[in-house]
Amino acid sequence: MILHAENVSKHYGAFQALNAVTLGVSAGEFVSIIGPNGAGKSTLINVLTGLARPSAGSVRFKERDIAGIGPVKLAKLGMARSFQLVQIFPDLTVMETLEAAVVARLGRGRRLLASLAGDRAVREDAEDVAALFGLDTKRHALARHLPQGDKKLLDVASAFALRPEIILLDEPTSGVSTADKTRIMEILVAAAKRIGLKAIIQVEHDMDIVFTYSDRIVALHQGSVLADATPQAVQADQRLVDMVVGRRRRHGA
Amino acid sequence: MTGRIVLALAAVALLAMPWVLSTYHVLLMLPFMAYGVVLLGLNLLFGYTGLVSFGHALFIGLGAYSAAFLTGWFKVRSLEVMLATAAVVAGVIAMPVAALCVRYVKIYFGMLTLAFGMVFYTFVLKFYSVTGGDEGMPVARPFLLGRDLGAMPKIEYLAGPYYYYTLAVLVIAVLLMWRIVHSPFGLCLKTIRDNPAKAETLGISVPHYRWLAFVISAVYAGVGGALMATPTGNVDPTLAYWTHSGNIVFMTLLGGFANFFGPIVGAFVFIYLQDFVMSVVPWWRLVFGAILAVLVIAAPQGLMGLFTRRRVTEVA
Repeated sequence: MILHAENVSKHYGAFQALNAVTLGVSAGEFVSIIGPNGAGKSTLINVLTGLARPSAGSVRFKERDIAGIGPVKLAKLGMARSFQLVQIFPDLTVMETLEAAVVARLGRGRRLLASLAGDRAVREDAEDVAALFGLDTKRHALARHLPQGDKKLLDVASAFALRPEIILLDEPTSGVSTADKTRIMEILVAAAKRIGLKAIIQVEHDMDIVFTYSDRIVALHQGSVLADATPQAVQADQRLVDMVVGRRRRHGA
Repeated sequence: MTGRIVLALAAVALLAMPWVLSTYHVLLMLPFMAYGVVLLGLNLLFGYTGLVSFGHALFIGLGAYSAAFLTGWFKVRSLEVMLATAAVVAGVIAMPVAALCVRYVKIYFGMLTLAFGMVFYTFVLKFYSVTGGDEGMPVARPFLLGRDLGAMPKIEYLAGPYYYYTLAVLVIAVLLMWRIVHSPFGLCLKTIRDNPAKAETLGISVPHYRWLAFVISAVYAGVGGALMATPTGNVDPTLAYWTHSGNIVFMTLLGGFANFFGPIVGAFVFIYLQDFVMSVVPWWRLVFGAILAVLVIAAPQGLMGLFTRRRVTEVA
């Protein structure tokens, strides 16, 4: 098991955001975390990525305790993440954004007097990722000038440029058009295969995306795991569908 | 290509100035070039890292007083030694100051740097027996590349050998800083300026990079401070006063912090504008205040922004 959270609880004052959540992710899995607003999905992602320290329980990544270690150390360990709200570097170009990720991964950020333009390894790696995400024709565009769908892609692409073993995506298709959602997911899955990503965990509200791409679905409700099953098993559980999937999917499925 | 032509023309103009300008105007170039060095460093922090310091006069003061102590107390006359010492002193003092300041951002960072600047100002003002208090300390004329030019009239010395020496230091400072901002380190600083939270998810340790940028900027300010000491022949606490920190931020805004050469242009325009306005009206600060207000409203990218299309960078 590459990532394992055991009996994780998180409370903010009197509010219990997570309650004894146990979750394991193995190599080769695409796991979706679903649940209504306030179910604790983002808190769980924050705990799994070491951004928030759990009040109780443990989180282990590659057999190492990562509770609260923070994003910098986690990125170096091989775990990347993206946020619900698109995170870009507005005044950097697409290439500069990807190069920054490659520079960080290769540990070359402290090179004060080296020429970035002359670093072929960094440039070629960044160009590879740009091509993988269909951003190669926009390499020199400022991130702030990209359409929303491409901003989202660039955000995820920069996480992929870290060549992580596992990636956690907080609503990778939020705020983009329906057509862009499918495009982003197809690119994302293809890129994951290409770079040899071991596992993907995503928080997602779009049930079509969840049921199309997931190997496993973890349903959260009021901070607890309501179900941890295959998409088929989740769809077959009428009570579960009513509680966390919702009326639209039930009728549409 | 246009940029290279402009740079080549600027280089030729700077080389030719002692031959074509009046001595008065050549001497005005000395503070401009010293501020140019300071502002290259300040802008690594401001334009490239997104941190606005209101206390960098501290490091200018450290550089200038280092030069004064070396010539006065230790009888060292080599300008190379003076510049190296100023760089080391400013860098070493900046290490703990930066460690404390870079834990904060925005106005808190600015106020903390201001506070450290005022601590140093008060020190040099009150420790009269060591620093000469408000009278300051004299700075003996330094040797240039081992040459004692004491026999040369002062004006001739400043407008000739010292001018070219300062120009050479500015050129070296420009080349070094150009390399730094176009290095992997420079790229990491830009990610921090744009979005520190995102930078951290890429594995970029924001406090460490901010710390290093601060120390480098302090080294530049120290060298610039030491260069300022010789032309006046005296250093005093006003070099470290907070209004001096404000002036260099003003110069940076005037030229444009989003452009590599913007702050240098800002220093040039500031020095000459100040000289002109002071010769016309006694209330020159009022005029400068009005210019700053107009600039922020009408041209937030500064003078260089008027010539480039790059959009203004929001400094976090």
